[in-house]
Amino acid sequence: MGMLHTVNKSPYQCNTLESCLNHVGEGDVVLLIEDGVYAAMKGGRAADVLSAVQGVKVCVLSADVKARGLEGKLIDGVEVVDYAGFVDLVTETDKTQAWL
Amino acid sequence: MCKNKNKDLRSTWIWQGIKPVKLGICVLEGPYQHEASDTAYNFAVAALEKGHEIFRVFFYHDGVNNATRLMVPPQDDRHIQKRWSELAEQHNLDLVVCVAAAQRRGILDEEEMKRHGKDANNIAPGFRISGLGQLIEAEIQCDRVVFFGD
Repeated sequence: MGMLHTVNKSPYQCNTLESCLNHVGEGDVVLLIEDGVYAAMKGGRAADVLSAVQGVKVCVLSADVKARGLEGKLIDGVEVVDYAGFVDLVTETDKTQAWL
Repeated sequence: MCKNKNKDLRSTWIWQGIKPVKLGICVLEGPYQHEASDTAYNFAVAALEKGHEIFRVFFYHDGVNNATRLMVPPQDDRHIQKRWSELAEQHNLDLVVCVAAAQRRGILDEEEMKRHGKDANNIAPGFRISGLGQLIEAEIQCDRVVFFGD
């Protein structure tokens, strides 16, 4: 079932999220980790791009959201997962691609 | 002991119809520079807690710097090398450091020390130096390989 894509850079620093979103397929999951979680911040340009993506589940890693003080500041439609959830995403999808 | 605990957990999972998975982890960045090593460690801990098997953790490029036992971080900070070494001991993990990347960055075990005529070695407990083939083998043997880098 689909592929997991991890993005660990802020979209305001680097274009890995953009590259990733250009390659995702239906049923894939994008997991934002480390500075990647900034993409899901409400009011940002990247958030508009992210919420426009169809057929792809977008998740953020809770520890990294918390570390950056972004709790309650995320757009709707992204799923917050912890490390156990990260592991589940890896095992539930066919393969994992890290967009470094 | 913990290894057996995981084994028990694995059999419970099979009984429940949940399939434990064989995982490989590749760390491409050094400690205290980016978050890669921290994220990889937290991921490894979570995977083991869920009863999955970690076949190997491969340290490549600057990731080999996680394997020096000479790091002395402040006492109130996490000790990244010690954390990996302890996890390896508890769960019998295979922590492999890429030999070519290690040579460039001065990460040596006793054998490499002698081979290159150096006066010291610095490999941390639980880590071993080997070749890139170990990463390829992990890719073949594992159900999933997850990369952490910058």
